[in-house]
Amino acid sequence: MSDNLIEFNNISKFFGSVIALKDVTMHIKRGQIMCLLGDNGAGKSTLIKTLSGVHKPDEGEIIVEGKKTIFDSPRDALDMGIATVYQDLALVSLMSVTRNFFMGREPTKGFGPFKTFDINRANTIASERMGQIGIDVRDPSQAVGTMSGGERQCLAISRAIYFGAKVLILDEPTSALGVHQASVVLKYIVKAAASGLGVILITHNVHHAYPVGNSFTILNRGKSMGTFEKKNLSREKLLGMMAGGEELDKLEVELKEIDRIAKN
Amino acid sequence: MSTKSKSIQNKSSDERLRKVSKLKVLLNRPELGALGGSILVFIFFGIIAGDTGMFSAYGTINFLEVSANLGIIAVAAALLMIGGEFDLSVGSMIGFAGICIAIPAIYWGWPLWMSILFAFSMAVLVGYANGILVVRTGLPSFIVTLAMLFILRGATLAITRLITGRTQVPGLRVLVEDDPIAWIFSADAFQFVFTWLGSLGLIELRQDGTPLATGIPASVIWWIAMTIFATWLLMKTRYGNWIFASGGDKLGARNVGVPVGRVKISLFIGTAVAATVYACVQVLDAGSADTMRGFLKELEAIVAAVVGGCLLTGGYGSAIGAAFGALIFGTVSMGIYYTDVDTDWFKVFLGVMMLIAVIFNNYIRRRVTENK
Repeated sequence: MSDNLIEFNNISKFFGSVIALKDVTMHIKRGQIMCLLGDNGAGKSTLIKTLSGVHKPDEGEIIVEGKKTIFDSPRDALDMGIATVYQDLALVSLMSVTRNFFMGREPTKGFGPFKTFDINRANTIASERMGQIGIDVRDPSQAVGTMSGGERQCLAISRAIYFGAKVLILDEPTSALGVHQASVVLKYIVKAAASGLGVILITHNVHHAYPVGNSFTILNRGKSMGTFEKKNLSREKLLGMMAGGEELDKLEVELKEIDRIAKN
Repeated sequence: MSTKSKSIQNKSSDERLRKVSKLKVLLNRPELGALGGSILVFIFFGIIAGDTGMFSAYGTINFLEVSANLGIIAVAAALLMIGGEFDLSVGSMIGFAGICIAIPAIYWGWPLWMSILFAFSMAVLVGYANGILVVRTGLPSFIVTLAMLFILRGATLAITRLITGRTQVPGLRVLVEDDPIAWIFSADAFQFVFTWLGSLGLIELRQDGTPLATGIPASVIWWIAMTIFATWLLMKTRYGNWIFASGGDKLGARNVGVPVGRVKISLFIGTAVAATVYACVQVLDAGSADTMRGFLKELEAIVAAVVGGCLLTGGYGSAIGAAFGALIFGTVSMGIYYTDVDTDWFKVFLGVMMLIAVIFNNYIRRRVTENK
């Protein structure tokens, strides 16, 4: 058995005649952060949805801890410990931190029809968990709407971990955040990986991905351009590979051309 | 001990930590507006009509009964509104339920208790239909239940006229007395207290020596019981958390495993059942069913829920608030008779109150979500 937590081998996904993904292969190890990079339309969303059980792959296999698996639903993936934190975070801003943390999975006490939501225990766990990542929840009954974007992101990740995630799929966790907030979230992601989780970090921001990632998979037009270990890859090379490099060179040439015509 | 106090000190020296006073916590409660409004209304009528008999036992029972009738449906409407949906068919459901009790009991010879159970099962059916239509089609509940408003009212009228040839079905009073369950909706509670108070001469009596107010009406008991139950449900159970989640962010809630569809359908059943409770109380009290019963009640229930702090967009509100909203409504609608003010102005007051409440709620929502 390999030390891969999860393997995606030659995954393809077609929508009618459109090839959304073709032969994408990725391996995620315990304690590692794998960054999935790609421009808009590269197939990142489709890949996430395939990983998290929303879509079924048309070709290829998914192997979780050595066992070949088919996810029938997002619930299936979740039960296997593959948790996805989407960009909308699935947080309700009018509800309290605690009520959000345990949304859908509330701890209860009592019996039968008198079973109640054990709000005290929930409060304790929520503030404890948030405290562990350095967010001092002053009052766990405060509304999530009062938290900053970074704190919300951390809450969503912390919730996924608390409910038994082994593999975390994070969809653009830093895209809406400022520099400081983003670094708080990235720090937390590194900590989560260090505790033994496998992390798939989806982003198009090389500057966020490069410092934290152990390996990098670059997606372009539905195909994987390969997975690279950090030691074999410089930041510049990564930037260049992210569709940007070549395109920007071309753009520069074109701009010069326009400039030249305008002058004449 | 010392470490504990030290950690507290550390905490309070945190630059990001702000002391939040008890008052501020209270200010963020959804029911605050309705509670404050109720107090204001009582002060107002205490001054204006304090010596008119409005606050005698009989007068109090009178305005409590009006409040209670509305409160029964307002509490259910509030839960549904927190769950992110409206039910405009509540008023029509009241009329429909009344007919469902009266026609089988009078024309088909069913025992009254069986007619009552029949009405409740019809309510579950109507609520389920509303719920499944909204959940399956994804259409706004405003439209779906508006359609149901007309369907039910029309059906009530058509069926009643078809079977009875009239729009009213009287003659239920005699059936109430021997029925095993009708008392749940019609009996006055704590009669002995009122008789005792009457014998002491503390409350007004009739000519024959019995007290004018004979007891606490069943509707008031229902109102209080339903408010307590709904509050318990909202604040203390998993289901309550699901209601908030379904109304706050449907997709988010679904993504983390909240059965949003089931929650909404059950809430629609809740409003229809509450409408039937209302119908039972009214029909058994009056001894007759009327096809127009409950007309416009759906809007009054929404007013009460909104005054009680429910956001129209869902995800926020309280059952206690809705109960107080109903209390304001009942107190003013009855109290106005004790003043010199023309009763025509009541609707104006209602509209203004709702406007103020909505503006106030909006402000509260911003406070809650924008870290002020």
